Amino acid sequence: MRLSRRSTALLRGGVAVGLAFIYIPLIVIAIYAFNASAILKWPPSGLTLDWFSRAFHDSAARDALWTSVRVGLVATATALLLGTLASMAVARHRFFGRETVSFLVILPIALPGIVTGVALSNTFTQVLGVRLSLLTVIVGHATFCIVVVYNNVIARLRRMSGSIEEASADLGADPWQTFRYVTLPTMRTALVAGGLLAFALSFDEIIVTLFTIGSQKTLPIWIFENLFRPNELPVVNVVALTLILLSMIPVYLAHRLTREEEGAAGTRGPVLREATAEP
Amino acid sequence: MEETAAITVDDGERERPAESPEPPPRAAAEPPDVRLAGVRKAYGDVVAVAGVDLEIAAGEFFTLLGPSGSGKTTTLRMIAGFEEPDQGTIELAGRDMTGLPPYEREVNTVFQDYALFPHMTVGDNVEYGMRVSKVGRAERRTRASGALKMVRLGGFEERKPSMLSGGQRQRVALARAIVNRPRVLLLDEPLGALDLKLREQMQVELKGIQGEVGITFIYVTHDQDEALTMSDRVAVFNQGGIEQVGPPAEIYERPATRFVTGFVGVSNVLERDGTRFTVRPEKIRLLEATDDGQGLHTERGVIRDVAYAGMVTRYLVQLDGGGELQVVRQNLETSSSEALEQRGRQVTVGWRPEQTVAVLEDSANTRMEDPQ
Repeated sequence: MRLSRRSTALLRGGVAVGLAFIYIPLIVIAIYAFNASAILKWPPSGLTLDWFSRAFHDSAARDALWTSVRVGLVATATALLLGTLASMAVARHRFFGRETVSFLVILPIALPGIVTGVALSNTFTQVLGVRLSLLTVIVGHATFCIVVVYNNVIARLRRMSGSIEEASADLGADPWQTFRYVTLPTMRTALVAGGLLAFALSFDEIIVTLFTIGSQKTLPIWIFENLFRPNELPVVNVVALTLILLSMIPVYLAHRLTREEEGAAGTRGPVLREATAEP
Repeated sequence: MEETAAITVDDGERERPAESPEPPPRAAAEPPDVRLAGVRKAYGDVVAVAGVDLEIAAGEFFTLLGPSGSGKTTTLRMIAGFEEPDQGTIELAGRDMTGLPPYEREVNTVFQDYALFPHMTVGDNVEYGMRVSKVGRAERRTRASGALKMVRLGGFEERKPSMLSGGQRQRVALARAIVNRPRVLLLDEPLGALDLKLREQMQVELKGIQGEVGITFIYVTHDQDEALTMSDRVAVFNQGGIEQVGPPAEIYERPATRFVTGFVGVSNVLERDGTRFTVRPEKIRLLEATDDGQGLHTERGVIRDVAYAGMVTRYLVQLDGGGELQVVRQNLETSSSEALEQRGRQVTVGWRPEQTVAVLEDSANTRMEDPQ
């Protein structure tokens, strides 16, 4: 399609404004992380690396980061397992209430976090009599992490011809071999993408976390609490910058992975060969 | 039976010389390769297969022919083990296979959509069956490359299925199935997705490969030309049951029921003096209205429609005695304009009395009346 010069210019401008809107605040954060003064004033009076060493030695921030990583990993693992099982059940089997199950699995992502939070908190403390802890946070996060895994995997399963699993069985593979050599490799990138997304959702979750957490702090809660303490603000900026840099890694990986998947001559061919390399 | 030896022309397609109606000879003591007895399958209220009995001999090229929804594919899937019959048994070489999962049956399938594993190379696809049954790597390689050579894809081992054309994928699917040396190869409309030229070429190749490997082929198609060209025997399916089983020539020249007449060829069915019979369009001669057609059975009628098809012209004749007949004439000398001018003319049609075949009511109809 050919565009007139004016619309080309308009499109360019639109893209530039959009990108600026997203990235300028991030750049501001990055600059403030090096701000010599502890007060946020534009332009910064000078540059320093002091906040980095302070952030690094801030045990509360480190603990919070570690807590968030653990919560994210466990919630993601739970979601991968349960989300995959649910999607396989819905995509591959016919049973009574299948559509309902599908709807109920997806619902939590649409529910306002505050509703999920109140509901979980009440159930944990009043009904089940469980003390709020990281475990309850993980359960809370898993409710919506399952959805993204489920959605990714079910889209892949629906796109994948059901007859390749039949072909596998037909060629003599038992159900486990079929899952390992055919179903799983086909779902692999969907699992990775779903997992990355689930981890990201869990990592920056704050509302459900507030309602379900005990005495520990996840990183978003730590940031939220320290945002309004003038003393801690520069450290918060450093932590934010670190998170920006860290979050680029999974995004880059996911991007590369999907590109590889699309390329016909993908280099990840001999999955099976790796899997059966052992005698 | 003398007429069965004649080589005739139908719609410009070559017809095979007639064969003996019996299945290919085999040792009397040997059980049939595949035996279906009273096989029935319903999905809810819909009866997909309504009592099928079949015996298929070792090395036979056996075709299940029928329109969509006639139960042929369900029958094939039950032989493969993807579906379980509600009633009846399925035997492979005398052994009852009913209830066995697909991976424990000595059959392999070529799927309509090929079902190649997209994440594996062509070589890995072909080796898959041997790999899951723990055949050593060296032997796998040798056999896979042999099978790929057989389907004229030698050297394609490292490619991905997504890089192949439809015809090539078809060949990979075939190689992947026959490389396991199954007792029976099931083919579910394997050429359905290919264009006409490629399909005709693959028909010849498939038949050649079957002769080479000597495996029993059970072939599902809705294409009557394909069935007639390739098969040793054909079973014509209609509404979940079999209307007729026999060699192609018998199916074509002596159709048992009205349905077979219409599905394998043109439905030229007439009713005279209480008997219902058919006569194939290429066996009918178109004569002048005044011609008494020495020795032929003749009827008078009007040409209602003319369709010029290059090699032949098809005439639709409305008979004065009731009913319609399609008549096919080779365009030996007729030009298209001459052919088209025939519309509306009074003619006499004639055929040798022995060319008529009595046809029965469809067995599907009798099944419907007979609540089983």
